[in-house]
Amino acid sequence: MKVHTTSSSPRTSAAPMSRLVQKFMYFSLCVVLFVCAATSAFAAEERPDALIKRITSEVMSEIKADAQLQQGDTDKIVALVNKTILPVLDFPAMTRKAVGKNWTDVSPEEKATLQEEFKTLLIRAYSGALGQATGREIKVKRLRAADDDKVVEVKTLIVGKGEPIPVTYRLEHSAEGWKIHDLSVSNAWLIEAYRADFAAIAKTGGVKELIAKLKEQNVQNAEPVTAK
Amino acid sequence: MNSLRTLQRLLLLCVLACGLVLSGCATTKPGGQEHVQMERFNRSMHAFNDALDQGIVKPVAEGYQAVTPEVARTGVSNFFGNLRGFWSTFNKILQFRPLAATKGALRNSFNTVLGLGGLIDISTPMGLYEEKQDLGKTLGYWGVPSGPYVVLPVLGPTTLRDIATIPVERQYDLVSHIEHIPSRNSATGLRLLNTRANLLSASNVLEETALDKYAFTRNAFLQKRQNEIDNMRESLSEDDEDEFL
Repeated sequence: MKVHTTSSSPRTSAAPMSRLVQKFMYFSLCVVLFVCAATSAFAAEERPDALIKRITSEVMSEIKADAQLQQGDTDKIVALVNKTILPVLDFPAMTRKAVGKNWTDVSPEEKATLQEEFKTLLIRAYSGALGQATGREIKVKRLRAADDDKVVEVKTLIVGKGEPIPVTYRLEHSAEGWKIHDLSVSNAWLIEAYRADFAAIAKTGGVKELIAKLKEQNVQNAEPVTAK
Repeated sequence: MNSLRTLQRLLLLCVLACGLVLSGCATTKPGGQEHVQMERFNRSMHAFNDALDQGIVKPVAEGYQAVTPEVARTGVSNFFGNLRGFWSTFNKILQFRPLAATKGALRNSFNTVLGLGGLIDISTPMGLYEEKQDLGKTLGYWGVPSGPYVVLPVLGPTTLRDIATIPVERQYDLVSHIEHIPSRNSATGLRLLNTRANLLSASNVLEETALDKYAFTRNAFLQKRQNEIDNMRESLSEDDEDEFL
């Protein structure tokens, strides 16, 4: 903007001078563009608490704007979560951790199936937790961590009616930036609870049983509400 | 009227006896014989509670939610929450957490005096959030281990340590001190209904996302209790307030 205001006044002066000004203008424009590009590159590496803040406020504002979402329509929330939060979840790591010690005996195809089915289930669980946030506000606590920390926990509070619901996100730094590895709702870590859940299933029927149960549950969840 | 009280005492005694017997067989090594028996008992209680819930409690809670306007339900929640708050505050004193206790006392005062006896929660918008406390957490805070996980009939998931606090918890439960028996029973019923109604969406999520509901609930419950106790210690070492983005 500054460039424009300074360039308007010397327009009346001699031609070589105005060419110089033009060159200067182009140069400044290049500088501005470069600075913009550089800052946006830095913005891609946003702080984990800022990341959580951005995602949760995006979700909450979408919920606020949509009556169906406000009524806790899980299928619509699932679609919203898929759009906003999916890119920052590390599903391979989450699945590995949830399956636990059985992971080493699982074939690559089974691993892929497990990951896909667990993704569907987990998105459902998280959407359910978010459904409870409708009509409430999500507050993100400022992170107290050193700049070189590779694992951080971002704490948020869903406040509104009754006791606030604490939701904490555990993020790990990777080559693709910060990724969510686990989250805790009401002080219980979800992936840890799934680890116990999956272990109980696998103890009796092995991983095959686990995959079958996962599929069954996801099919059941996908059925329209009236059929339940 | 006396017989009801005797019945209540008897029930309580049964529950405690249950707990004691279990504690005997509960010095558990995971995978040991006792551990297996314990889990068998818990799973059967879980199944019993689940059937009771699906058959009676949940439908009634859904009905309550459907016919009562939200304003009324919020009022009921706030009222019982405020009653509970006195006990929470007292426990914060027992935990020697002066800041938390002060906040709790302020919360109770505002809501009782300015919030029409607790019907309106004016403290939450002021940033004085509810923090539920009980004697079990106080004991845990002072280092008493939780002991084995126990599922009690009707009362649901708990631990041995928390079972031991039931008599005292009841003694200081303000609702149980209502002299007029029909009022006391109605209040107890309404509180139960309100609690269940507030849990409807959470329990539906559990229904949809846990494969082995018992295993999932057990893990989540134990985590929740322990993490809440750990967080109390953590918040004591952080001297300044939380900042929000």
